[in-house]
Amino acid sequence: MTIPNAGIPNAPLPEIWARFQETSPLLSPANRAKRTILVVGTGLAGSAAAATLAEQGYRVKVFCLQDSPRRAHSIAAQGGINAAKNYKHDGDSIFRLFHDTIKGGDFRAREANVYRLAQLSNAIIDHCVAQGIPFTREYGGYLANRSFGGAQVSRTFYAQGQTGQQLLLGAYGALLRQAAGGRLSLHPRTEMLDLVVVDNRVRGLVVRHLLSGQVEAHAGDAVVLATGGYANLYCLSTNARSGNVTALWRAYRRGAWFANPCFVQIHPTCLPAQGGQQSKLTLMSESLRNDGRVWVPKAAGDRRRAAAIPEDERDYFLEERYPAFGNLVPRDVASRQIKERCDLGLGIDGGRAVYLDLADAIRAQGLPAIRRKYGNLLDMYQRLTGDDPAHEPMRIYPAAHYSMGGLWVDYSLMSNLSGLFVLGEANFSDHGANRLGASALMQGLADGYFILPNTLGPYLAKAGPNPIDARHDSFRSSREEVEARLGRLLKIKGSRTAADLHRELGLLLWDHCGIVRSEAGLRAALAKLPRLREEFWGNLMVPGAGADLNQSLELAGRVADFLECGELVVQDALHRRESCGCHLREESRTEDHEPRRRDEEYAYVAAWEYRGQGQAPGLHREPLAFTLVAPGQRSYR
Amino acid sequence: MEKLIHLTLRVWRQPGPDRPGRFHDYPSGPVATSLSLLELLDLVNERLTLNGEEPIAFDHDCREGICGACGAMVDGLAHGPKSETTLCQLHLRDLADGGLVVIEPFRALAFPLIKDLVVDRSALDRIMAAGGYVSVDTGGAPEANVIPIPQSDADQALAAASCIGCGACVASCPHASAMLFVGGKVSQLACLPQGQPERARRVLAMVSAADREGFGACGNHRECEAACPKRLSLRHLARMNREYLSAR
Repeated sequence: MTIPNAGIPNAPLPEIWARFQETSPLLSPANRAKRTILVVGTGLAGSAAAATLAEQGYRVKVFCLQDSPRRAHSIAAQGGINAAKNYKHDGDSIFRLFHDTIKGGDFRAREANVYRLAQLSNAIIDHCVAQGIPFTREYGGYLANRSFGGAQVSRTFYAQGQTGQQLLLGAYGALLRQAAGGRLSLHPRTEMLDLVVVDNRVRGLVVRHLLSGQVEAHAGDAVVLATGGYANLYCLSTNARSGNVTALWRAYRRGAWFANPCFVQIHPTCLPAQGGQQSKLTLMSESLRNDGRVWVPKAAGDRRRAAAIPEDERDYFLEERYPAFGNLVPRDVASRQIKERCDLGLGIDGGRAVYLDLADAIRAQGLPAIRRKYGNLLDMYQRLTGDDPAHEPMRIYPAAHYSMGGLWVDYSLMSNLSGLFVLGEANFSDHGANRLGASALMQGLADGYFILPNTLGPYLAKAGPNPIDARHDSFRSSREEVEARLGRLLKIKGSRTAADLHRELGLLLWDHCGIVRSEAGLRAALAKLPRLREEFWGNLMVPGAGADLNQSLELAGRVADFLECGELVVQDALHRRESCGCHLREESRTEDHEPRRRDEEYAYVAAWEYRGQGQAPGLHREPLAFTLVAPGQRSYR
Repeated sequence: MEKLIHLTLRVWRQPGPDRPGRFHDYPSGPVATSLSLLELLDLVNERLTLNGEEPIAFDHDCREGICGACGAMVDGLAHGPKSETTLCQLHLRDLADGGLVVIEPFRALAFPLIKDLVVDRSALDRIMAAGGYVSVDTGGAPEANVIPIPQSDADQALAAASCIGCGACVASCPHASAMLFVGGKVSQLACLPQGQPERARRVLAMVSAADREGFGACGNHRECEAACPKRLSLRHLARMNREYLSAR
């Protein structure tokens, strides 16, 4: 197996990004105007990249499957975005943000990428303020900050509980400004279904227009995937319903490596699941853990109302076990602790839920102050559950939320396929085995506004124009493959819906490859997955035809890819016989039951290569070296 | 035990823009009140699918009231009877047991129907493209704390910016006016120092884009404010009118 080369310039960490920019060839404005860039996805990373590339003079085509680019799921991020401004004068710095992110990721992220992310974090805030994004401010008019999990400083910028919405609308405005200027064309309600690769260089993609069913090919000089994560693998997740792995999976099947697929974050504070018909698990922002206290009754079987349980009969288990970070431990730690309490029968009413309680904060600060910080979150909770968190503690339970894994990229955010760039949640690069809160918005915008616009030019300057256009045979054959696959899905006419099969896949993966993973469980999943895939391709029912809006057909295609991707996720989880970040292997724990990382064997990125249907995937290991922060056993006590 | 209720859904079915449409009734059977109305539509769709019938097409995505994808008239009200609630957040506990629930698409000249409950709201994107932004290229921004912004201005800007672009204001307006939508963006940027250089140009361009798309003029019915799931205040529409008059 080859050792993946990330192409990191040889320089001390703080100077690597400057060295990269100074030593890379440039592409002149006249030449940029001759290059077409295809961007898939319009969340923070995709919109920011597309807008900035058009500003730089490239011709840009943007594709998204929603009816408007503004609907991408970045819109739902609530709590905030990190930056190393140190406005609070509490000891923050670029190094500290880098350190917290590397440690939070449990030493499974690439050091040079994370350092660059911390360096760029401040410019993101500057740019977003210049766009007119209404961040929350202090009385004096300066920007406000709060704390998030895994940090002992206040470095999170926010717009009440709508930070993702406001940042995305800023990027969306920038995108539309370029569309109005004519350098950028928008293709909404359009889904990418294949990547066209000839001679190891990406030449374009095949898309399906979701209203007409038309399958068409687009050629370009580079393709940018910013299609988000694949937490919907678990069916029930905090993601929007349309979230899927198809763009990444199609690229994987064309040769792009999939890195660390088993690293999927389970977010601790989500609304608990109830009933078989539920369509999603809504997240309650981590910011609530600034003021909310997590607890369960000390005695199993205590069915009293929360308010009737006296203080000394409550177990504030995060505060007790992790006094240094308390309720603000990282997400993986909180999720495991909550699951353990509930598995012991200590959950609320013996079920799968614990309290997130604002009562003390309301007593200390007053309800108006709490509403000021979290107003829309409290309203959302009440709307979804019918209970008012100002009077009743919220009930929460972990749910699948974010995929740290994704397509492998080098330092320039290019995959192993020339001309395929991958941004935001879709790539693997910055969060290691666990993402800290308020870091996803930071990464998406760093990738889109600041990194790709500085790495694409050098690639194009070296690679030259793409001489193959969409009339080339490879586009036709790819289009025919896509059409044949759609036809196959429509023809089965069995007796189970794609939604039903998706639920079964989700439960299987949640049970065997969720918060806790074991050799036996993972092997059981590997035995069951091929049978479920057979069931899908033998007994699926997709109504209607392919020539107009057919939402069942869209879902079926996505579930088909989830079924394959799920197997890779389990294989990756099985091969990594250590506990790190979100990935807890039963077999790898310390004496006091904490997760045990095994650096001597697993300090690498696992980049998987597709070897054909029914073949075992190949594994490439990119070794991880840590020069500024020595990998220690992660402790938040 | 979960509370169960029975409903009859009367849903507008229309295969395409050029084909006739009609209402069709779907009995819910016993369903838990903890379900959302969209989860009930999911359930109805699974039953239709297994019967070999075409499921009901409807737009939806985040299912937590922020993406703005969902939207329909429920018993004549945009997003249904509950205030400050998107369609995806409307739960069966908000509806009366045994009742008839009439579900129709958002209707407006500028929102052509695509299929069943799905309409084309791309006109809203085109209004935004006319000027709903600050023209700043990536890379040249000054330090973020250089300009302090009074907290009340920032709060007002955020309130104006909370619009999710769902189109309920248009669907509920007797004139199918998009002025609350336009007013949100104009008001947000008028409140902030960063919005000042393009202030006049922005409001003129966005209002004329709305006219071009076939949205009506505001007649002060205030249905938009009542229907808005984010309770965008009419104050923003009023501020837009002032901006418009002083820009002309």
